[in-house]
Amino acid sequence: MRRRYLGVAVALVAVALLALPGVAFGQDLALDRIKDLKGSIGEAADAVNTTWVIVAAVLVMFMQAGFLLLEVGFSRMKNVGAGVAKIFVNFSIASLCYWAVGFALAFGGAGELWGDSGFFLDVGSTAAEAGEQFPFVGLYGIDPAAFLFFQFAFCAVSVEIVWGTSLERIKCSAYVIYAIVFSAVIYPVISHWIFGGGWLQVNIGMQDFAGSTVVHLLGATGAFAALLLLGPRRGKYASDGKPRAIPGHSMPLVGLGVLILWLGWFGFNPGSTLGIFGDAAAGIGNRFAEVVLVTNLAAAAGVIAAVATMYGLRRTIDIGMAGNGAIAGLVAITAPSGYIEYWAAPIIGAIGGIIVVCGVLAIEKLLDDPVGALSAHGLAGIWGTLSAGIFTSPRFAEFNAVGEGGLWYTGSFDQLGAQALGVAVTFAAVFVVSYAVFALIKATIGLRVSPEEEDAGLDISEHGMYGYPEQFISPEEYPGGTPAAPAHAPATVSAIGAKRPSEA
Amino acid sequence: MKKIEAYIRHDAFEPIRTELLEKGFPSLSIAEVKGSGRQKGVVEQYRGSSLTVNVRPKLKIECVVEDKDKSIVVETILRHARTGDVGDGKIFVIPVEQAIRIRTGEEGEEVLQAHSGAELPA
Repeated sequence: MRRRYLGVAVALVAVALLALPGVAFGQDLALDRIKDLKGSIGEAADAVNTTWVIVAAVLVMFMQAGFLLLEVGFSRMKNVGAGVAKIFVNFSIASLCYWAVGFALAFGGAGELWGDSGFFLDVGSTAAEAGEQFPFVGLYGIDPAAFLFFQFAFCAVSVEIVWGTSLERIKCSAYVIYAIVFSAVIYPVISHWIFGGGWLQVNIGMQDFAGSTVVHLLGATGAFAALLLLGPRRGKYASDGKPRAIPGHSMPLVGLGVLILWLGWFGFNPGSTLGIFGDAAAGIGNRFAEVVLVTNLAAAAGVIAAVATMYGLRRTIDIGMAGNGAIAGLVAITAPSGYIEYWAAPIIGAIGGIIVVCGVLAIEKLLDDPVGALSAHGLAGIWGTLSAGIFTSPRFAEFNAVGEGGLWYTGSFDQLGAQALGVAVTFAAVFVVSYAVFALIKATIGLRVSPEEEDAGLDISEHGMYGYPEQFISPEEYPGGTPAAPAHAPATVSAIGAKRPSEA
Repeated sequence: MKKIEAYIRHDAFEPIRTELLEKGFPSLSIAEVKGSGRQKGVVEQYRGSSLTVNVRPKLKIECVVEDKDKSIVVETILRHARTGDVGDGKIFVIPVEQAIRIRTGEEGEEVLQAHSGAELPA
């Protein structure tokens, strides 16, 4: 695997040598340097790959801001602060749990069900040392810390998806407990099955490049379990059972959130190449750049398809649904992004966009999912995973060494079957465990705030402060809040100009 | 003394205010109000569900004048607030018992509308 970027690395080193002042000192010294550097060509390439993985991980981390704005924008003003606290708390819990336990379960060893070594990343600091316990680290030559941080950022995205359905009514303490279980056990075990050399990846050959199933369907399944036990927001359904709109307070924030997620996705999918080198000998370019393009094509097609579908069904160009279309296109392309040719990307994204609109409209009748997480991450995640079974190009299946070409190329349903099995098993496993955890929380400390607290809003009832204080505290009671002009303000021209009616 | 209380469309306010000022009636109050009437509510479409907002925003103008000036004010409001469509609003004329200027304690019709230049701070 190392060999295929040897040529590129040699070129890099040659350029680096030109810039080295030491070369001028004498030929012998220069020759020595070349020898040293040739010995470290592999290291140079590894360092470049590690850099890309960290850049990608930071982009994925930035998606937290996207989720924050998306969820806050879709909430009412009385619940905006709760969304902020939630992101900070969940991200931090996942940071610690994934380092302590999660990463070892996900990638520590090649067990079929879970990994069992490398807790607290106690594995030595070089890729070679760590490779003994983390086969992937050795294979890709990435620093263990970089690999952990990248994978953790995915886990943190997944845990945020869980809370999309629970906005405006869940107790803060409920998500603290679930986040621990999720980031220490649920997410790592499933990601081991599909990313970390577990049974779905190795034995079944399931293809999920960056996590349509691992990250998105997994998060949405947790969200589904939470929603079933939580129930709808107060007032969501009229007495005749018809759903009523509870408009979120800011479409500009939703839009900004979606754009940040869209940007973050350029770390999410292209980062999952875990390196920047293609295989020139096999006619394969630098995959990370190609995956960037594939990802963007799908997102764009998702927006256009969602807007068109909504217009066809309801004759409105729905603002939130345009954003959901982008997310659905991105979620759908996540699994196949490393396996397909360009032409398939808009098709996959567009179908994702149609699915999210139909999904939201159908689910809305029964379940109160304020941001459409079940559709955008769940249904689009299922579609994305299955789409790899249709559109995977044989050359990329071979390059990634997972599974085989899709139905379109091979005429065989084998890969599609593997994808479907992966989806079904993941959904079942995550749903059962998540439902049990949420049921336990509900039976002990409770899952939902009281009706009075819900009416008052989570900001004041759960956090003791308002996210937008001036919306809820009248100016007269707000320190320095009265917006009146001073008592002896200069008289206005119009007032002086007034005449007595008798004079007029 | 009469209080004229008018519920109008927001965009009618500025021409009414300007003309009343020109005619010597600078003193008035406004308030943002919401109400329902013969005009239908607004239906908001949001993610596939709808929400009917049955009360619409209107502006309330309150203006107290001497009995003889009542018709000037009413006509001014009518002229600018009438579009001919449902939702133009209504005017109510209410008798007022007493008027007191807080700053000086003066009472009576004196305090209602006009200000001589000398009474105003520069």
